[in-house]
Amino acid sequence: MNIIVCIKQVPDTQDIRINPETNTLMREGVQSIVNPFDMYAIEEALRIKERLGAASTKVTVLSMGPSQAEEALREAVSMGADEMVLMSDRAFAGSDTWATSYTLAKGIQKLGKFDLIICGKQAIDGDTAQVGPGIAATLDIPQVTYVKKTEDIKEGLAKFERMTEEGYEVIETPLPCLITVVKEINIPRLPSLKGKIKAKQSKATVLGAKDLEVDPDRLGLQGSPTAVKKIFTPPKRTGGQVLQGEVPDIVNKLADSIKDVVISVSKT
Amino acid sequence: MTDKPKDCSIQIITGNCTGCTMCVKTCPFGAISMVDSAEAKKGKLAVIDYMKCTLCGACVESCKFKAIEMTVCKVAPKVALGDYKGVWVFAEQKKGKVQSVVYELLGKGRELADALGTELAAVLIGDAVEAQAEELFWRGADKVYLVENAGLKSYQDEPYTNIIVELVKEFKPEILLYGATSIGRSLASRIAVKLYTGLTADCTALDIDKEKKILLQTRPAFGGNIMATILCENYRPQMATVRHKVFKEAQVDKSRKGQVVKKSYPDNLLASRTRISDVVEEISSTVNLTEADIIVSGGRGLGKAEGFKVIEELAKVLGGAVGASRSAVDAEWIPYSHQVGQTGKTVCPKIYIACGISGQIQHLAGMSSSEIIIAINKDSQAPIFSVATYGIVGDLYEVVPALTQKFKEILKK
Repeated sequence: MNIIVCIKQVPDTQDIRINPETNTLMREGVQSIVNPFDMYAIEEALRIKERLGAASTKVTVLSMGPSQAEEALREAVSMGADEMVLMSDRAFAGSDTWATSYTLAKGIQKLGKFDLIICGKQAIDGDTAQVGPGIAATLDIPQVTYVKKTEDIKEGLAKFERMTEEGYEVIETPLPCLITVVKEINIPRLPSLKGKIKAKQSKATVLGAKDLEVDPDRLGLQGSPTAVKKIFTPPKRTGGQVLQGEVPDIVNKLADSIKDVVISVSKT
Repeated sequence: MTDKPKDCSIQIITGNCTGCTMCVKTCPFGAISMVDSAEAKKGKLAVIDYMKCTLCGACVESCKFKAIEMTVCKVAPKVALGDYKGVWVFAEQKKGKVQSVVYELLGKGRELADALGTELAAVLIGDAVEAQAEELFWRGADKVYLVENAGLKSYQDEPYTNIIVELVKEFKPEILLYGATSIGRSLASRIAVKLYTGLTADCTALDIDKEKKILLQTRPAFGGNIMATILCENYRPQMATVRHKVFKEAQVDKSRKGQVVKKSYPDNLLASRTRISDVVEEISSTVNLTEADIIVSGGRGLGKAEGFKVIEELAKVLGGAVGASRSAVDAEWIPYSHQVGQTGKTVCPKIYIACGISGQIQHLAGMSSSEIIIAINKDSQAPIFSVATYGIVGDLYEVVPALTQKFKEILKK
């Protein structure tokens, strides 16, 4: 079985701070990391590989980005992924989710036969959750989003638990298919020493626009239906009142302040 | 450094750059660096690495010297834009009941349609759901496109995608809105690809550009640290998803009536390769977190799993839902489905009560747009207080039960 995991290198938003004077993002000291949701995608691929037998299953990690994104791919290899592919070309620059989905789908087609594509539910820099389903739609394969458990997987058929607002659905799907995974699905392993050595020695296969069978008008900024018109910092939310005094007094003050909202909500 | 790609429209104006490094610090992608340059005013010049640049525009905003210029590329429209008229809302239903986010979208949709001088329609797909059309009219829809079939009872990606793609091709709406739910997000992404049009996720503001008559879609990025206004100028329909509670529900006007347009499609378009074999409902409290008006959340400060009892009691009295911080979930005190924050759910209730939550940026990203935030924490320096409408520095085990008692009295429970 061939499993492809799509990953993205993102700035660690937990490190991002706002400069209070200029009200702008401060990038200094912000690390690049593998998108946290993609770590679950990598781990799930490795678990499926272990379940089905290492000899018959190959896990390929794929990323679109600048050459630095190879670091992210290496991390996946150090965890146990078999091969890494980097899609890097200046023709891909400025891609929105449509063009990104298209480019990644074309890269996947280039890699040959595949059975399962795994993506994280969304990337933490854009938070769109659109690229996974976008790849599935471009490839015209079924998708199961928000997967929290792989119940069963075998040649040509799989069963997943898909998280919903109320609980979950059990979904059966033929393979090939694409899934996006949520945090609850697993706990990603740490890289092994052997893996780290392997990652150090491995080199990513690099794919550019010329390597793909693509319509060049659909790539990058030009191929993107959406465009950013402006970026601004949201008005900073400032702290309000700190209530002080003995607990009964504080509770009374607070209750008075929010009582009307609570009562109006309880009536609807 | 790489060359500037032909369609890339951002550049440094050498004469204006002072080498102040503000853009270097601002760029979320680390795409700008400073180099020594004899041409530059002060000997230092910003250089953009076009491989890393995503054209987000954050640097343009940060530059105080107008030294970075970004122009919108002129691409010829891909479709006859004038053929597309009307605003549509996907009327998501579960078990035959239209979801509340749809009424929120109809409220905003009505405004957009009025600003454009066009009609508002809802797309209702399901099995025996026609009775739901009436309320869609009451909430502002002029038309309901109705597709009914026993096989469409529950949402499945492929048939729902096929139907909406067909409807769009036939009736050509200029705007199509979806709730940013687990269904809406999966569906809209697939439709966008099939129609080759743009989709903007999780918009927090939607407006019409009066001159160009196009949709201005504003959304947060980087965990809410920056906001971006996004356009889909040359493709139709302009599509966006919107989370629960971002817009106000449309008022009910029972005098409103509308037209039901029924459509049916051949079996091959209704087929689904995936099959739902079981549905399990498991949220422990009865209220759906993303739809809740009031959320009481617990964090590491609870100290133990049993701590959620006091949280649940307050939530129950207030008729709210129970949320949790990542550390409480990681400690396995409560299931992941309750997690609020960047790696959990994004919520914007009327009241959010954070108990023993310090307020890491990843948590704030998931709840800072709540109308009223109440923080209860022992540590007066906790970052949560910087966003709290009301802050209480104290022991949550004293404050929360007292609050529960107080509201039992107020609400006579």
